[in-house]
Amino acid sequence: MSALLALPILLPLAAAALAISVGRWRNAQRVVSVVTLVMTTITSVLLLVEVDRGGATSVQVGAWRAPLGITLVADRLAAIMLLVAMLMLLAVLVFAIGQPGAEDRHVGFHPVYLILAAGIAGAFLTGDLFNLFVSFEVLLMASFVLITLGGRRDQVRAGMTYVVISVLASTLFLLALAYVYAATGTVNMADLSSKVGELPAGVRSGLAVLLIVVFGIKAAIFPLFSWLPDSYPTAPTAVTAVFAGLLTKVGVYAMIRSQTLLFPPDTQPGELLLVVAGLTMVVGVFGAVTQNDVKRILSFHIVSQIGYMVMGLALFTLAGLAGAVFYVIHHIVVKTALFLVAGLIEVRAGTGQLARLSGLARLEPLLAVLFLVPALSLAGIPPFSGFVAKLALVEAGLGAERYVVVAVSLAVSLLTLFSMTKIWSNAFWGARPEEDLPVASPQIGAGRHALMAGSTGALVVLSIGVALFAGSLYELSERAAADLIDPSAYVEEVLG
Amino acid sequence: MTTLLVLAAGVLFACGTYLVLDRQLSRVLIGIGLMGHGVIVILVLSGGDGGRPAFVEGEDVGGFADPLPQAFALTAIVITFGVIAFLLALAYRSWRVTDDDEVEDDVEDRRIVREAHRQPTKGSER
Repeated sequence: MSALLALPILLPLAAAALAISVGRWRNAQRVVSVVTLVMTTITSVLLLVEVDRGGATSVQVGAWRAPLGITLVADRLAAIMLLVAMLMLLAVLVFAIGQPGAEDRHVGFHPVYLILAAGIAGAFLTGDLFNLFVSFEVLLMASFVLITLGGRRDQVRAGMTYVVISVLASTLFLLALAYVYAATGTVNMADLSSKVGELPAGVRSGLAVLLIVVFGIKAAIFPLFSWLPDSYPTAPTAVTAVFAGLLTKVGVYAMIRSQTLLFPPDTQPGELLLVVAGLTMVVGVFGAVTQNDVKRILSFHIVSQIGYMVMGLALFTLAGLAGAVFYVIHHIVVKTALFLVAGLIEVRAGTGQLARLSGLARLEPLLAVLFLVPALSLAGIPPFSGFVAKLALVEAGLGAERYVVVAVSLAVSLLTLFSMTKIWSNAFWGARPEEDLPVASPQIGAGRHALMAGSTGALVVLSIGVALFAGSLYELSERAAADLIDPSAYVEEVLG
Repeated sequence: MTTLLVLAAGVLFACGTYLVLDRQLSRVLIGIGLMGHGVIVILVLSGGDGGRPAFVEGEDVGGFADPLPQAFALTAIVITFGVIAFLLALAYRSWRVTDDDEVEDDVEDRRIVREAHRQPTKGSER
């Protein structure tokens, strides 16, 4: 049981070391990475089954007792996030192996990618704030390397913004930790959940807002999002896809975890978060509408979609949190798939600029289908997963009588659809380009194409799966949300 | 002593913030370093007033300084060191590719500035 909790962190770290030592043989590195991520995925499936059956489970690393030692703990939310994250990391890794570029040229890609996986797993499984900080640093350090891997001029420029903003967020996080420790004498989240309640109201609100700012920078909420659309598009496609799918969602996870577990209902800053959620949706989607590069449009959509998750959290009701959890699952799958499709477009047409794309639907009908399914899902069109996720949030909003934010979320859906049709009509419809598109990019073999298209296709099928099994997935999200509303089982599991 | 350290942290933060607002990455880097030190001072202070060294045989437990924030501070120092090393490498790389380590404007900002400059000249020509 304790192995299940430790393996998702230890396996990738050990494999990263192995991947460095076999650095001279790229195929050996590939085998190491793929096998490791398959194993961690299987571990997280087992963990989710175990946790869903028996409730939250925890392990004290080194057998130091809870408030002082290092605690790893998984409840339903953590296990769900871990499983989805590992699936995405695996799919994107397969895509990266197929894609010419970053993975080929750099010995460091595989080790750093595995360290990123360990950091993400650590952030989901940790039971105390300080180790959350350490996990964030692990995954950020890996992401710094991945985003500047090519060392090109634009990557260095984007990397500077990204690194400096992330480091400032980390500095603030450390400051928040110092304040939390000074006020309560503990950083264990289960322990905090009872001790924060005894603090004066002003101190509690201060800590809550400081943590929202810290995680808000990482999750890219309004007004702290401007680093994201600037830095994500320059990285190699595979890297952008995994960042877009996972890194901001780690921030959202940390926000959900800290706000529900740490703070008693009367200091939960619902009003503030609702306003922020609405503005995040609107500003993000307006940003997307004005862009004319596929990856930049999609980057702005990440911001807009984060607003929906924050809205679910801000309601602080069972339905709202369940909607937020379901939305996160749907969003990670769909967003990663869309970025991989953007990568395929760039490989096929040599550019992601809408002005220079045309008639892809005739050239590559399969690619058109791969784009259309997640794009409609993102906009929330009925048969797809986005519809179910948005319906859940809208119903939760109506249930809590928050009509303004519901109206905003519906309007933003419409604008999302508009900017998706913009990509569709520019890139896929129109006359077949005569001159500049080669029939098939000559430098890439069929095997690599199959890897890239295969992993993208797998994610698209997975997103349809989310829609098909929406009923049972939503019930799972509801059970996860029930844990969040009443954290007593979590606290009891950790403190014993 | 505690008041003095709080003041020191404040000064470190003020200087750090000033430097982070600069456009030269090397200055931003020094600013981040200063803010990092400020945070570490606050982290050590979060354990309360100083006391005798912890884990010394035969001492009374009540007089110990709280060792946990010191452990946090050590971890934070190591992490800050790694980040600063990476930033230095990035500044050097930037100097190699652009002969400068200035943080350039966002691509989108530059596009908007270009558009803004183009619009009035077009109108005046007409």
